[in-house]
Amino acid sequence: MRDENGKVEFLQGNEACAEGAIAAGCRFFAGYPITPSTEIAERMSARLPEVGGVYVQMEDEIASLAAVIGASWAGVKAMTATSGPGFSLMQEHMGYAVMTETPCVVVNIQRGGPSTGQPTKASQGDVMQARWGSHGDYEVVALSPYDVQEMFDLTVECFNWAETLRVPAVLLADEVVGHMRERVVLREDVETVDRELPPEGEEVERPFPLEPDDLVPPMPVFGRGHRVHVTGLTHDERGYPCTDDPEVHRKLVRRLCNKVRKRAGEIHESVGYDFIERDSDIALVAYGGCARTVLEAAEEAGVTMFRPKVIHPFDEGLVRRLLDGYEVLVVEMNLGQYYEMVKMALDPDCVHLLGYPGGYPPTPERVVEEVERLGG
Amino acid sequence: MDVEDVLRMDRWPHILCPGCGNGTILNVLARELAERFENGDLDPDKTVLVSGIGCSSRLPGYFRLDSLHTTHGRPLAFATGLKTANPDLEVIVITGDGDAAAIGGNHLIHAARRNLDVTVICANNYIYGMTGGQVSPTTPEGDVSTTTPYGNPEPPFDLCELVMGAGAPHVERWTTAHPVQLKAAIGRALDREGFSFIDVLSQCPTNYGRRNGFRDAREMVEWLRENTSTRDEEGKIRIGILRDEEREPFHARIRKVLEKAGGDGD
Repeated sequence: MRDENGKVEFLQGNEACAEGAIAAGCRFFAGYPITPSTEIAERMSARLPEVGGVYVQMEDEIASLAAVIGASWAGVKAMTATSGPGFSLMQEHMGYAVMTETPCVVVNIQRGGPSTGQPTKASQGDVMQARWGSHGDYEVVALSPYDVQEMFDLTVECFNWAETLRVPAVLLADEVVGHMRERVVLREDVETVDRELPPEGEEVERPFPLEPDDLVPPMPVFGRGHRVHVTGLTHDERGYPCTDDPEVHRKLVRRLCNKVRKRAGEIHESVGYDFIERDSDIALVAYGGCARTVLEAAEEAGVTMFRPKVIHPFDEGLVRRLLDGYEVLVVEMNLGQYYEMVKMALDPDCVHLLGYPGGYPPTPERVVEEVERLGG
Repeated sequence: MDVEDVLRMDRWPHILCPGCGNGTILNVLARELAERFENGDLDPDKTVLVSGIGCSSRLPGYFRLDSLHTTHGRPLAFATGLKTANPDLEVIVITGDGDAAAIGGNHLIHAARRNLDVTVICANNYIYGMTGGQVSPTTPEGDVSTTTPYGNPEPPFDLCELVMGAGAPHVERWTTAHPVQLKAAIGRALDREGFSFIDVLSQCPTNYGRRNGFRDAREMVEWLRENTSTRDEEGKIRIGILRDEEREPFHARIRKVLEKAGGDGD
């Protein structure tokens, strides 16, 4: 079946994610099986060879993200997919991708943790890990889809922002959206972004300028005569290790953070969010799979609802503009991770939490009960 | 083409200690590459160096080529992405005994099993030099390091046996006392398609030699010359070509997958 935008299928969220990746131009996948993300690897192993791409099953998740970063320096858009325990192993190379400014996409279909936790159950417990799970100061992009269509659409957005900003972008999904089946349009009109390249065949003398105009330098490609040295060590403009000059380190790390932070507003506007304004003193906030029942509860209780799609970078200004003056109830499948960021943006006394780990989103009835307790 | 043309001379002096065996490896590799670039056997724009963490892993940064200085133990995992995403690249991995055999042991055996088409040069100096001389997986039993003050209680790995057991088709062992043979070995490794592993027994006078009865680097190189042999000799370490076979490389197998799926563009 087709509609005006593309092929219409009935797919699982994980399958839609794989299709979104291919639509975005992904031609390399390296991964390691883990519940509840494995269907992404399975779909990629079938689909990539059809479009000339490469699938490799690596020996672990550490190697998976390493291979993805290697492929990205070969000039190919690359992705891996995992869940909590694998995401923990990938933190080493999240940091390496940040430091070397390597565009790549890491899909995390969140399950219950800590440790192996609840392999087949949903969670949103990795919100803070997605931001700062690796050591050092850094910022990444993390997007949270709430239905199967967004598993497709936000995977494309992850690639586009990874390429634009030269950062690892995380599709921070969960078992609910990963495993549910829904109608999805495999859009053929997707807009894709490719990283800016230096002129081919020319040596790049300053591949890592300390203060480039838009904070994102063009990315050399291995094998095209750019002759670039890339290291995870603090490096100077030439890319050479420079580990004992405080000013070089400060400038580098500030730029790595600012290139993401300064575009927080733009990322939120471009990826979008749901804001359903109702005549109420209470506003509900939820994202990802959890937002599905919370949206229903908001309608039932007649209260305002905010559903962000961008989790990182957090846009304090946007949250303040939309939610200042409300009694805000954040509902999430953890013990309050997005909640902490909302509290920092607003009057903390007006921000409340329904933290709901355990594997399933709260029912609409449970959320309405909480709204009533707040006086709504 | 001169050796200086393949090196980033603006980075001299390098960080290696006086007498370090990595100097010999750098020298020999630079000469082999310069020759190949000169006679057109190899395209410098397509030649890529990848390394992990440790003293030997600093070598790629001194070459005027594309180079990826990665995380500890993982250069072969990064190289897997580079080489399979673009099989036209000639990928050379420089690693050490700690990098390849301890933290990177899993990546080492799997890259060998897949027959990833890379040349691996392992500077095997029996010690963690960069961190000041701790025991490594190749430190001989009984030897002293900063973390084995009473002598190493563990038996060492034979890295060549390890990668041959994992399926590596081309495996050689040489030492820094054999620069001419080592240069030829690197040449053979570049010529072979598939996983080539060169175990280079090397000296670390600063952090291994001085704790184990060697007065200087010269004595250590002498020891390497006298205690190794290209024949099986009692009490000597076997060096030379240990295996030289042909096996279909990984990227060619991936190509066949693409042909089956119809994505090969033909």
